[in-house]
Amino acid sequence: MTPPRIELKSSPHMKQASSVEQIMRNVVLALLPVCGFAVYHFGISALALMATTTLVCVLTEQLFTRLSGKPSTISDYSAVITGLLLALTLPPAFPLWMAALSGFFAISLGKMLFGGLGFNPFNPALIGRAFATAAFPEASSTWTQAGLPERFSEFLPSTLALPFTTPASVDAYTTATPLGDWKFGDVHAPAWDLFTGMTPGSLGETSALIILLAGLYLIARRMLDWRIPAAVLGGAFVTAALFYAVDPDHFPTPWFVLLSGGMMLGAVFMASDMSSSPVTPAGVWIYGLLIGFLAVIIRFFGGLPEGVMYAILLGNAMVPLIERYTQPRTYGKRGRRGV
Amino acid sequence: MGLLSYLTGLTFPRGVHPPGLKDDTRELPIRRMAFAPRMVLPLDQHFGPAARALVAKNQEVVRGEPIAEAVDDDSVPIHSPVTGTVEGIELMPTARGPKAEAIILRAAPGDSQHVRWVKPQDLAKCSARELIEAIQQAGIVGQGGAAFPTHRKLRVPDKYPVDTLVINGCECEPYLTADHRIMLEYGQDVIAGIRLAMRAVRAEQAIIGVEDDKPEAIAALREHIKADDAISVVEVRSKYPQGSEKMLIKALLDREVPSGCFPYQIGVVVNNIGTMAQIGQLLPRGQGLIERVITVAGPGVEKPGNYIVPIGTPLRYLLESVGYPKDDPSRIILGGPMMGSTVAALDVPVTKSISGVIVLPEGSELDPAPRIQPCIRCGDCVDVCPVGLNPADLARLAAARQYEVMEEEYNLNDCFECGCCSFVCPSNIPLVQYFRIAKSLNRERMS
Ligand code: SF4
Ligand code: SF4
Repeated sequence: MTPPRIELKSSPHMKQASSVEQIMRNVVLALLPVCGFAVYHFGISALALMATTTLVCVLTEQLFTRLSGKPSTISDYSAVITGLLLALTLPPAFPLWMAALSGFFAISLGKMLFGGLGFNPFNPALIGRAFATAAFPEASSTWTQAGLPERFSEFLPSTLALPFTTPASVDAYTTATPLGDWKFGDVHAPAWDLFTGMTPGSLGETSALIILLAGLYLIARRMLDWRIPAAVLGGAFVTAALFYAVDPDHFPTPWFVLLSGGMMLGAVFMASDMSSSPVTPAGVWIYGLLIGFLAVIIRFFGGLPEGVMYAILLGNAMVPLIERYTQPRTYGKRGRRGV
Repeated sequence: MGLLSYLTGLTFPRGVHPPGLKDDTRELPIRRMAFAPRMVLPLDQHFGPAARALVAKNQEVVRGEPIAEAVDDDSVPIHSPVTGTVEGIELMPTARGPKAEAIILRAAPGDSQHVRWVKPQDLAKCSARELIEAIQQAGIVGQGGAAFPTHRKLRVPDKYPVDTLVINGCECEPYLTADHRIMLEYGQDVIAGIRLAMRAVRAEQAIIGVEDDKPEAIAALREHIKADDAISVVEVRSKYPQGSEKMLIKALLDREVPSGCFPYQIGVVVNNIGTMAQIGQLLPRGQGLIERVITVAGPGVEKPGNYIVPIGTPLRYLLESVGYPKDDPSRIILGGPMMGSTVAALDVPVTKSISGVIVLPEGSELDPAPRIQPCIRCGDCVDVCPVGLNPADLARLAAARQYEVMEEEYNLNDCFECGCCSFVCPSNIPLVQYFRIAKSLNRERMS
């Protein structure tokens, strides 16, 4: 009788059925309605933007793993997520060549340089967006109207601008976002329009409703740490409410603050990026509240109307410090009784 | 915790909910397993100095007779599980890995296998010390794997008054139902054992913690408790690792055993339900421990169930009598799937602390060949560690070989290897394995 082959392994011999791919796949899935709404809203230019950043992000990741001789990691979907998220933060008329460069820097500078998935201290999509803001300030803050009648048949003129040229003037289409209207014109968009997303803005920022639903889906599947969006939105709401209470003529309502610009997208999909957020339970709250607070302060007192991106990047930078002071309390390390 | 635990049932913070997988065996009455023709009894079946053999080759022994004696206060004797002959005393492989000295017995064919070696005792007059001595003489050890001699757990230094005896009836490991069946079928012995153990540690009260998925067991135990017994059965939440000593104390008494201390230092002694049944059964008869109840289960077992297995039964014999796939590569786990260890060979015998044997043939593994990926910092491991450690940080330090920092700043030694962190990690990082290695390297460095 041949003895059975016996397998030796270390406990536990059981695993919860979840994997990195599964989590990331679900994040992509949750992003799809947000992307779909962007296309509905801004047409084929939005589609081209998302396709460009996603493709560039995936190729960049592939290139870097190749160069370093490591196994390919693109199957974990994280580069796809970075590409989609980056596109969602960009204005609809953003030239594709600029988007491609931003995507390249998002992955190379924001992720691969630190060692890839899990090692990046900053959200790569936001690194890409920060690059775009720094390198192409004008294109990064030029907004087009939503729902243009010819949006499904024609690209916005600037979309296809040749690399390293300045796009032709698109004045005919440009408009201000609700945030800009408030900051520079003291006009407050109705909360309902903001909630449903019938406003100009970056691709994925406009519909708070769709982002919330996507977030709830991920939370229900336990693939999103609900505490982070809760803390970011809570922090922003309370901060904004305080200012509004002191001077309601000068500051917008807290609802406006929550529903406008990149607040929802940032809270649900950016601040919650696993790699660049804390792992400690108390740290997660501190980090989220801090981002919410900073976003409002930057919006209210900074030179630009938006502040969410910088607030999250600052929050990312604080993570090591936050974690240091929020390590969980080990069982039996306090309350020595009868010893 | 207060309100939350009131709403959700008594428990400790964090932990995980693995599937129970108990349905194959929980309804089946305990059955007796036949005698293997050849029994292997390692002398070091317990934590502490190994027992010293009392028999010689070719000597005849009767079932129940002591065949090895305790060498000191921390050791326990071994009794013969069969009537038969000593075939020899040799180095044999054991489940722990290295070979150990073992007494090999051959059962006398056709013998009725009655327990002949008994010495009924009048326990009513015994002092606490005498009770503890009787428990030592019965060779009883903790049932869950660590094999800590029970009399040592009950022998508490005088300066630490014990107020509560906690009995662990949780059985939170998937597949295992031995304790469940013991509570149902031997409730009387369990309660009798608890009364004796309470006297031994001079506890004012005893609390039996049973998970809320075993209502029949709770009812069965309550039937045997008399009005003047200071014994209560308390329902705790079904959650892993609810059956770990420190977690159970937290759930039942809301006390924390200080790091590096024993439960008796906060007035508590914890014992397993099966141990209580053994005390209740063996002590009045003055009999030694020669068999125990073991859950044999898993997708590879044809006749899963709970069996009374003579100590010393070779694993191969046990598996053959329940039917298992001989050709497939299988993973054979001693204990439960969360904390049990795999065996390298089927020659190893069942010892006093083995609570379960689980067979997972290839393809039925509960963690099929996971691909290890980098930590994505999801924080899930931190959210489940019942001890409040930070497995993500610990793993990072382990990768950087910072073993000392792990111990000094991240409380590595408080990790009791429950496996919750590995269980949830989406990156399949073998966290517990890292921690085991780091702990043993630190121990080596210290010695
Ligand atoms: S194995 Fe250790 S680190 Fe992991 S959850 Fe259990 S106690 Fe915590
Ligand atoms: S569960 Fe795994 S992937 Fe998540 S933080 Fe812990 S070690 Fe990292």
